[in-house]
Amino acid sequence: MSVLAVKNVSKTFSAGGMFRASGKGKRAVDHVSFCLNAGETLAIVGESGSGKSTTARLSMRLLKSDTGCIAWNGVDVTSLGGRALRQRRNHIQMVFQDPFASLNPRMKIWETVAEGLRVHRPDLSKKQRRDLVAETLHLCGLDEAGMDRYPHQFSGGQRQRIGIARALIVEPAVLVLDEPVSALDVSVQAQILNLLKELQEAKGLAYLFISHDLSVVSHIADRIAVMFDGRIVEQGRAAEIFEHPHHPYTRALLDARPILHPSQRQNLKSADNPVDKTGEGMADTGCAYRLRCPNVLSDCATFDGQLNSRGFACLHPLSENK
Amino acid sequence: MLEIRDLSLTVSIEGRRVEAVSAVSLQLEAGRVLGLVGESGCGKSLTAQAILRLGEHQGVEKSSGDILLDGNSLFEMDDESLRRIRGGRISMVFQEPMTALNPVFSIGSQITEVIRLHLDMDKQQANARAVQLLHDVGMQDAEQVLKQYPDSLSGGMRQRVLISMAMAADPDYIIADEPTTALDVSVQKRIITLLLNLQKKRNLGLLLVTHDFGLVAEMCDDVAVMYAGQIVEAGKVADIFDHPAHPYTRALMGCRPEVSEPGASLTVISGQVPSPGHWPQGCHFAERCSLARHDCMEKPVTAACWQQGEHIARCLHVDEHDMDDRT
Repeated sequence: MSVLAVKNVSKTFSAGGMFRASGKGKRAVDHVSFCLNAGETLAIVGESGSGKSTTARLSMRLLKSDTGCIAWNGVDVTSLGGRALRQRRNHIQMVFQDPFASLNPRMKIWETVAEGLRVHRPDLSKKQRRDLVAETLHLCGLDEAGMDRYPHQFSGGQRQRIGIARALIVEPAVLVLDEPVSALDVSVQAQILNLLKELQEAKGLAYLFISHDLSVVSHIADRIAVMFDGRIVEQGRAAEIFEHPHHPYTRALLDARPILHPSQRQNLKSADNPVDKTGEGMADTGCAYRLRCPNVLSDCATFDGQLNSRGFACLHPLSENK
Repeated sequence: MLEIRDLSLTVSIEGRRVEAVSAVSLQLEAGRVLGLVGESGCGKSLTAQAILRLGEHQGVEKSSGDILLDGNSLFEMDDESLRRIRGGRISMVFQEPMTALNPVFSIGSQITEVIRLHLDMDKQQANARAVQLLHDVGMQDAEQVLKQYPDSLSGGMRQRVLISMAMAADPDYIIADEPTTALDVSVQKRIITLLLNLQKKRNLGLLLVTHDFGLVAEMCDDVAVMYAGQIVEAGKVADIFDHPAHPYTRALMGCRPEVSEPGASLTVISGQVPSPGHWPQGCHFAERCSLARHDCMEKPVTAACWQQGEHIARCLHVDEHDMDDRT
């Protein structure tokens, strides 16, 4: 049984402000399905606006989906609300991108970390709560001596550890990690990625890892779902996606990874300045990627964008073109 | 040539003046890209901002050294000359395209403001130049973009607007402080290509401040690695990548996820950069260095303590490390 199962979920945000009641909305997530098993990491990869963060929030039930269903540990939570939802929240917890914005600056570290216990372990005394916080901070590589300090006294990497401790204290089965290392220096990023790996092995956690950075993802993911314009365009085992991408968009993401050595530089042709039209464009009908796609043919304009049985949504995949 | 010579800067921490940048020397030549690399808190942004004397109102003070533009000290200039140099001969591209633009003015008025400040142009000419500049940075509907406000542009487009503003008065040098860090990986690549194309076409000297060796590999001709206020290694990009000499450079290169095997645990640098005022007396990196010896802690290590041609490193034991071991 999957710890998290998302089936055919869609979400449309209405356009315009509150005075523009009707009008065309922006479909942020469009019929997305995936499941996540205990102890594994599924990475959702895509650029800003691809719907990956919305998918994360829908999976967490921080947002309500328009259609589809979401199950935690086999229990349908799609329409749960209020107290019933709150009491199940210890199943799935979130770590946010920005360790500077996601901690309340006026709360001591131990109070922030202990907050989840108010709902999920109301039976604990203050002493027991503090002990549990100390233990969890320790698990995340922090010295419990810091627990009476405030967030500004910690570095970015330490704050991210605090964010992880806050999520872990209610003993979730799933962690949703929304760009957890994007705001960090490379050296600190490596520390946090290693910590996440250790925690996963020790506790059998499942990770839903949201990122735009494939080099980070290559390190942590077992499976990858590539999103573009609200849809999953390719899904599969990480190693296969890295070695044999099918969708041209996956290829483009792979090509955007930083090079390792100056000798890998490609010769710049000074004539072809990269133009943003090719970068930003998304088609309204057919395959959304076709305006940027090097493999585009006329039938792409009517393609329904469904994933095929091999795990990609493309009529002219790379393997058949090369 | 733009030359930073033995520059030391102090900042005020809890009422005390402490050194944050210590005797940094860099040379930026026209037509070359120099990468200034290091973790947060190493003083690389302070150094870059000092070139335009930007940190001063935030309490950054120069305690020694000088910055020379074609031999003239920027610290001895009157305000008017300095203003002409800022944006005119040397301009800056900041990290955060979200905050570096003013949300209440249109893109057009922000670009033309820079143009008219530096070039003798009327409104119409400035507008035409703004359109041309936006074209140069790869924005197709330039006339349309001029009328828009920053909030309707994506991060990548805003960064293009900022680059076009930096180019407005045809400067000779550009200082880019983490120009792609806030952007998606796919957008990063396009901004890098754009910056490099502009740099080549106009023979610019580009100072790139970054923590990312991937960016250095893509863009730089020369590299200076900074740690806790000091340049710890400098040289040509190929030398730095083929034979990184300083343990800090090696460590920083080694912790990139793209250099290690998928799934393997990543190399880390334990601990963190000591903050200004807490620098050790000897080698600043010694307490995090796995190769540190007794003599590393004893007295300050000189900048070119190890040297091979133009490649220098502030390390006493370079020759004892395995130089071919590219972590």
